[in-house]
Amino acid sequence: MSTTATAINESKSVWGGGKSPFKASYGKLMMWFFLLSDAFTFSGLLIAYAFIRFSASAYKGPVEDFTFSTEYWPIPEKVYEAFPGLHGVEAPLMFVGLMTFILILSSVTMVLAVEAGQRMDKKNVVKWMLWTIIGGIAFLACQAWEWNHFINGTDIATIGDVVINGMWVNNHEIHGAGLTFNQYGPPAFAALFFFITGFHGFHVFSGVVINVITFFNAANGMYERRGHYEMIEKVGLYWHFVDLVWVFVFTFFYLI
Amino acid sequence: MEQVSNIVVQPADKDKIRGIWKVALYLAIITFIEYVFAFTMAKGMLLNVIFVSLTIVKAFFIVSEFMHLGHEVKGLIYSIILPMMFVIWLIQALVNMEGSAIKSARGIQDANTPAAAVEHVDDGH
Repeated sequence: MSTTATAINESKSVWGGGKSPFKASYGKLMMWFFLLSDAFTFSGLLIAYAFIRFSASAYKGPVEDFTFSTEYWPIPEKVYEAFPGLHGVEAPLMFVGLMTFILILSSVTMVLAVEAGQRMDKKNVVKWMLWTIIGGIAFLACQAWEWNHFINGTDIATIGDVVINGMWVNNHEIHGAGLTFNQYGPPAFAALFFFITGFHGFHVFSGVVINVITFFNAANGMYERRGHYEMIEKVGLYWHFVDLVWVFVFTFFYLI
Repeated sequence: MEQVSNIVVQPADKDKIRGIWKVALYLAIITFIEYVFAFTMAKGMLLNVIFVSLTIVKAFFIVSEFMHLGHEVKGLIYSIILPMMFVIWLIQALVNMEGSAIKSARGIQDANTPAAAVEHVDDGH
């Protein structure tokens, strides 16, 4: 690709240099392998989640009669049923549906930025990168609200036996969720929620930071001077991966 | 403003952009179908299998089209997909078999009400 390379390649072998294995640039290939390793990390977390969830006591009564208890795993649509501005209204899974929608849309705008970059269309790259950043920030804001609601809990407390400062307290009124116990189900339920959605949220946050950096670089014409917008493609791969992980988190946490 | 003179902006390929939005539409439709299943079907292993299958379909669209892996060299496709297939095998083994095996080994019971679970009603296992 580079026209300034002066080394003459005498070997005909693929490994003799001068060629890109897999016809992908070094940076893109390494981004793929990084994402593969990151996928292993998330797989480990989701395996832990599903293992604990399927070995915990399940609620077997009718869904209408379900109440929270620390003794069995909660039904997800009974936990995630709040929506900003609709206090006391049951809107099961609606808010998380909105979050999914926002993240998928920001993935689409990222593809459009990559597509514009391949055409050297600086104006559109900048425009679509900005939309992607807005989508990412909107998602993080939604997650902040959801965490806030999850931690503060509902109006009705759950009665359960808990350990406070190393002592068993019987019939304690539990509001919301903390790291040691929560009103929704077994202690592991909230711990896993915090860890896995938090780890994903941190990925989204890193993605937004990287998007902001590349947005300014693109706007300042750095990639135009470089002659290609490959950095947008690499950042795009990361951003789609974040969306991909959310698709799995959504299924395991909110549907199953 | 300083401009680089030799930059040629190619016109947008309408079909390509339409293709991107089409994939986004597929993702939205599959998510909608998941919601329909979530509110109409009874909880159980069948529903979980449907959810995971639909999730894998969504993952396919994202990886193949958005991340462009479907249009890369075969070697690159396999070096990403094969390890993930083994991981999915591992997930299957750990979650389905080990999870329920540990549950029965510990004698953990499902419950109808909080009270029933607290008293650990043992119906003769």
